[in-house]
Amino acid sequence: MSTPHVLLGLLAAGPRHGYDLKKAHDERLPQAKPLAYGQVYATLGRLERDGLVEQTGHDQEAGPERTSYALTEAGRAQLDEWLSQVEAPAPYVTSTLFSKVVVSLLAADVDRASDYLTAQRAAHLQRMRELTAVKTRRGTPVGDVVAADYAIAHLDADLQWLQTTQVRVADLHRVVHP
Amino acid sequence: MTALLRGSALVRSYGPTPALRGVDIDVGEGEIVAVTGPSGCGKSTLLHCLSAILRVDSGQVCYRDQDLGDWSEAARSKLRRTRFGVLFQFGQLVSELTAAENVALPLLLAGSGRREARRTALYWLERFGVGALADKRPGEMSGGQQQRCAVARAMATEPEVLFADEPTGALDVLSGEQVLAEILHEARAQHMAVVLVTHEARIAAYADREVMLRDGVVDPSGLGLKVTR
Repeated sequence: MSTPHVLLGLLAAGPRHGYDLKKAHDERLPQAKPLAYGQVYATLGRLERDGLVEQTGHDQEAGPERTSYALTEAGRAQLDEWLSQVEAPAPYVTSTLFSKVVVSLLAADVDRASDYLTAQRAAHLQRMRELTAVKTRRGTPVGDVVAADYAIAHLDADLQWLQTTQVRVADLHRVVHP
Repeated sequence: MTALLRGSALVRSYGPTPALRGVDIDVGEGEIVAVTGPSGCGKSTLLHCLSAILRVDSGQVCYRDQDLGDWSEAARSKLRRTRFGVLFQFGQLVSELTAAENVALPLLLAGSGRREARRTALYWLERFGVGALADKRPGEMSGGQQQRCAVARAMATEPEVLFADEPTGALDVLSGEQVLAEILHEARAQHMAVVLVTHEARIAAYADREVMLRDGVVDPSGLGLKVTR
């Protein structure tokens, strides 16, 4: 999963400081490993160095000083590009797929998430078609058939998830934007 | 590629319930097309309209550029017997007839002689691995064996288009995939087009391409977004 892009997505609605980002991340993506604060600040540092976020201010209410970060134009463009790319279909990409759906809803709307799901489904099915062709070719060694079966079963699970999420995307939107 | 079969703006309702709400679909010669979508999306209705079993309320189904809506019931029925093959989820074999008689039936209807029909039937039963069951009735066979007989029957007339509605739905995963792989291998060898209705992506992956239906219309798929590699 791409932490920098998820942070960019969380900043799409407006400036936030690191503590806020960590909380939002863990709340929105409960299936992901909770982010460590160190990781949040290190990632923000790299994003700032690359011109994708900028500091917008400091506040200090009863505690340590907090720096707020905002998306730059370049950051928004980078986020947009990430959301426009489907993931290479492979087993175990589900958590990235899930992140992309949630970030699409945060940074854009239901249509954006739905377009992404549709495109990702097409990519997954294309990969499954390729594997099926390998599997059914006469003379394919049985070891390769078994390996293809394995990959197909996992892609199939993702595909079923992509299909049901397509149906649930409007409900998910209501949760993400209460 | 000129379309062997073309559906344009197909609309079909059952009473007040719309099943197809303007579907466009092309099937090329020798092309294997999966029609997918959730239950109730209209995929079986589409198959019935394309295969001249049902008439559409509006729109056109063209076979080799001829509008099948203009054809008489007799002509449509003849087309189904001679050019089209149909395969359903459950074999729908005639339970009083043996496997060989079941497979020979469409050949006899199409005008073959009795001996010729039996010879062809035995060839196709053999081809799909159930030659030894030629003189058994469906009740004496397993579900998988019955489905293989049904496949032999659908293929025996060497149709130009095979319409298959969830053809592996009644079989376990491995048997289902084996039967499907054999059907499609044969179809490709004979340059036969196949319209494969399924709700399973795993089965759709056997086809050359997918037409996905949602609520009676084609769901646009693959919006040209890039795949990261």
